[in-house]
Amino acid sequence: MLGRQKSVAARTLRERLIVAMLALAATFSIFVTGTIIVILTKETLGFFAFPDVTLGEFFGSFEWNPLLGSEKHFGIWPLVSGTLLVMAIAASFALPIGLITAVYLSEYASPRVRSVLKPALEILAGIPTVVYGFFALTVITPMLQKLTPAFGSYNAMSAGLATGIMVLPIVCSMSEDSLRAVPRSLRDGAFALGGTRFDVSVKVVIPAALSGIVAAFLLAISRAVGETMIVPLAAGGIAQITANPAAEVQTMTAYLVQIFLGDAPATGVEYKSSYAVAAMLFVMTFALTMVGQWTLRRFREEYD
Amino acid sequence: MTAETPIPSTVTSSSTAGPQVTIAPARPSVQGQTLAAAVRETAIKVRGFSSWYSSFQALKSLDLEMHAKHVTALIGPSGCGKSTFLRWINRMNDSITGARASGTLELAGVDLLSQSLDVVDLRRRVGMVFQKPNPFPKSIYDNVAFGPRLHKVYTRAELDELVEQSLRQASIWNEVKDRLRASALSLSGGQQQRLCIARAIAVGPEVLLMDEPCSALDPKSTLAIEELIETLADRYTIVIVTHNMQQAARVSDHTAFFFEGHLIESGATEEMFTRPKNKQTEDYVTGRFG
Repeated sequence: MLGRQKSVAARTLRERLIVAMLALAATFSIFVTGTIIVILTKETLGFFAFPDVTLGEFFGSFEWNPLLGSEKHFGIWPLVSGTLLVMAIAASFALPIGLITAVYLSEYASPRVRSVLKPALEILAGIPTVVYGFFALTVITPMLQKLTPAFGSYNAMSAGLATGIMVLPIVCSMSEDSLRAVPRSLRDGAFALGGTRFDVSVKVVIPAALSGIVAAFLLAISRAVGETMIVPLAAGGIAQITANPAAEVQTMTAYLVQIFLGDAPATGVEYKSSYAVAAMLFVMTFALTMVGQWTLRRFREEYD
Repeated sequence: MTAETPIPSTVTSSSTAGPQVTIAPARPSVQGQTLAAAVRETAIKVRGFSSWYSSFQALKSLDLEMHAKHVTALIGPSGCGKSTFLRWINRMNDSITGARASGTLELAGVDLLSQSLDVVDLRRRVGMVFQKPNPFPKSIYDNVAFGPRLHKVYTRAELDELVEQSLRQASIWNEVKDRLRASALSLSGGQQQRLCIARAIAVGPEVLLMDEPCSALDPKSTLAIEELIETLADRYTIVIVTHNMQQAARVSDHTAFFFEGHLIESGATEEMFTRPKNKQTEDYVTGRFG
């Protein structure tokens, strides 16, 4: 026999080490998430421990005014409203355009067109968000102002559109992936029944890929909710409840930026309030994920 | 590359002149034998038909006639071009870049290779069943209703009736009538394939193309499909590609043997399997190669 027998002990040890390392890596993200939740909870409780803050005011008041004036107000809804407004604008821009682009890339475009369009979208995904913020402030806002003078230099529309452009590649490339994952045999079946390309795309491929498309939508919306660089630059800093896209709004993330960039002393109630806002943001994105999971289970068309 | 054969004039043959009836009544079974012999209308006529994938010639100058309301089996080893040929009949090859064809391919006198042919209309007349059952991830009902809904507007009651008729014709009605709203994917492979046949029938085709419809099924389901094919032959012109020689012998009236892009021999199935004229055909049907 050629060759020297390898040590069984060494092999066993090596396998054990590898398993331990894999488990460690897998645990790490759970550990980080756990830590974040613990800190958020602790600091949020600290915020509500202040004598002039109550849970009733946090959810019952419609005024958010922690920094200026003699009387501070901590009603969360103006920040939630600003966040939802920007999110809605971003979503109503990015979701349809992203899905249409994905359908075009997956079902219509020739390989040559795709080889140009896909990298272009990926470049879009690589642009730092601060650049989008500048783009919103210096390009989108002036364009909106040309359209109608109702738009101020800070407005929700501009921030929402820039955020929409930012999440467009997420919607598009994730949707496209799930469209392309639909087996060719389903398309063949629909074509063989006399379906046009549009019939096949809309009645067979999109329904079959729906779970992936919904996942793409939700990830994009979560990103839009959590967007932190575009909104302070383009949407402004006035926390108010409004559905007017031309108005200046403050989002939850924009408030956090304002606080952590040093507008408040690190011990004061204003500073602590940011943790409560962050906890609220966390709850919102968590709820979005849950709704998403539920939608997936409810509407899923599984193939194979 | 072989020279293209001259294209024969398309509207001469008396047997193919005149439009085919669209929805054919069932063949009266009482005098089935004599009538079957009498009604040998050519449904599909092939003359000097060649096809290419880019520079590769897949089919070389085929001449063949397929009879209306009969079963024609296309046999031959893998890569011989039989599936390619089948996919020309409903122009499924259109979606393959570089695929082209020359010669004559006619369905009831209509030139199937014409640029101006309405492919959607063609596919309404020529249904297809695939190798692997490919029901849509929708309900059983919606699968069958899919094709009809593409082409016409139906009332609820009309659609219900059409779905039932199609499922009955595909011999699957009794198995699914109580769960039409259930997902088609909850059916077994053999049931799925019969559902796909019902789906194809629902559009009201004249021709059914079947591309190895049983190759993914177990023997029992295969038998069910074979029996179904026999009953369907009363109403539809069926062209079936199969790897299974026994299957060809069992279900078909006519058989065409393909080898390396050539049509080696075609004729009545019984003749082909008992007294083949060609040595290659004999070797293949007796299992000496392939």
